[in-house]
Amino acid sequence: MFEHYLSIFLTSVFVENLALSFFLGMCTFLAVSQKVNTAAGLGVAVIVVQAITIPVNNLIYRYVLQQGALSWAGLPDVDLTFLGLITYIGVIAAMVQILEMSLDKFVPKLYNALGIFLPLITVNCAILGGSLFMVERGYDFGESVVYGVGSGTGWALAIVGLAGIRERMAYSNVPAGLRGLGITFLTAGLMAMAFMLFSGIEL
Amino acid sequence: MSAYRKALFDPFFNDNPIALQTLGICSALAITTKLETAVVMSLAVTLVTACSSLAVSLVRNTLPSSIRILGQMTIIASLVILADQFLQAFVYDISKQLSVFVGLIITNCIVLGRTEGFAMKNPPGLSFVDGIGNGLGYSFVLVVVAVFRELLGSGKLFGVTVLPLTTEGGWYTANGLFLLAPSAFILIALFIWALRTCKPEQVED
Repeated sequence: MFEHYLSIFLTSVFVENLALSFFLGMCTFLAVSQKVNTAAGLGVAVIVVQAITIPVNNLIYRYVLQQGALSWAGLPDVDLTFLGLITYIGVIAAMVQILEMSLDKFVPKLYNALGIFLPLITVNCAILGGSLFMVERGYDFGESVVYGVGSGTGWALAIVGLAGIRERMAYSNVPAGLRGLGITFLTAGLMAMAFMLFSGIEL
Repeated sequence: MSAYRKALFDPFFNDNPIALQTLGICSALAITTKLETAVVMSLAVTLVTACSSLAVSLVRNTLPSSIRILGQMTIIASLVILADQFLQAFVYDISKQLSVFVGLIITNCIVLGRTEGFAMKNPPGLSFVDGIGNGLGYSFVLVVVAVFRELLGSGKLFGVTVLPLTTEGGWYTANGLFLLAPSAFILIALFIWALRTCKPEQVED
């Protein structure tokens, strides 16, 4: 059992890295990777939000939306899967809002450090993508918790790595047309190539 | 009239959503291994952007600003569900290949970026044209990247063989790297480089 969870965790961190092999959360990945500190803060926020929203969406999918899931309410034939997208994004928006309020109340230091990034996480496709992959692969509750933490960690790892490289790059002489966005794309491409070493590993 | 033309054509080169505004990159990278999926995705994004801009613009004066993001997300999500169901009903194979990325149009920043940045301040007609324009600017990059990836990666365009592969008795050795993740990053980087060489005013410091 433990090995199974460990395998899901490692696969989601390295082999199926959300940022570098599925290109999820790219907008923030490229825009907020100038400094290692902010990147790490955003990474932590993504891990927390992933670890909460994926299991919650898993419960909602299995007990409300899935075909036949409403049999406990006496409606065995109802199939609400088409409402999935709007439900997941609603859950994500609500969770981010709750997390924001509770951080503000209990850990104001972290809240101030995260600042604008917390609300932006709502439209980070890595979060919605995580929930959609969870549904597509049919994870159960335990697996979805591990997958949430793992995929968040993978994304955080990627953005901190990219931020580290970009901090160094401030001292290099980049051709004019590539400055800023262009060279960031190239760097991310090389990082993705490095992460490809993990592909095909079966745990 | 010129405002309409500007809204429609500016997103191609002067204000491209991908190359300049850094919007909507996730899907641009993920579904460009084949021209066919790229074209379907482009159409879906263009229609969703245009219709959601129109809808948001229609309610812009009645939508309280405190819940505007929520309101916009609901409009966008409903339109994306429509697009998703339509694709599943009529082009099921392509819908399977696009996998979660149709759903991810909801969080495609182009859509929210245009509704929040343009449609909230402009009349419906102009917003609709702006949505179409930005959708097409996005499609343009997608199609260019997909042409290179499919042609060099598997020697085909729209699934029709253009460069006969050595494995099938032709002369072209397929470059498998173009079908993998990193090539998309590098192609878009080259696209940006080319664009900014032509238009030096877009260069960042």
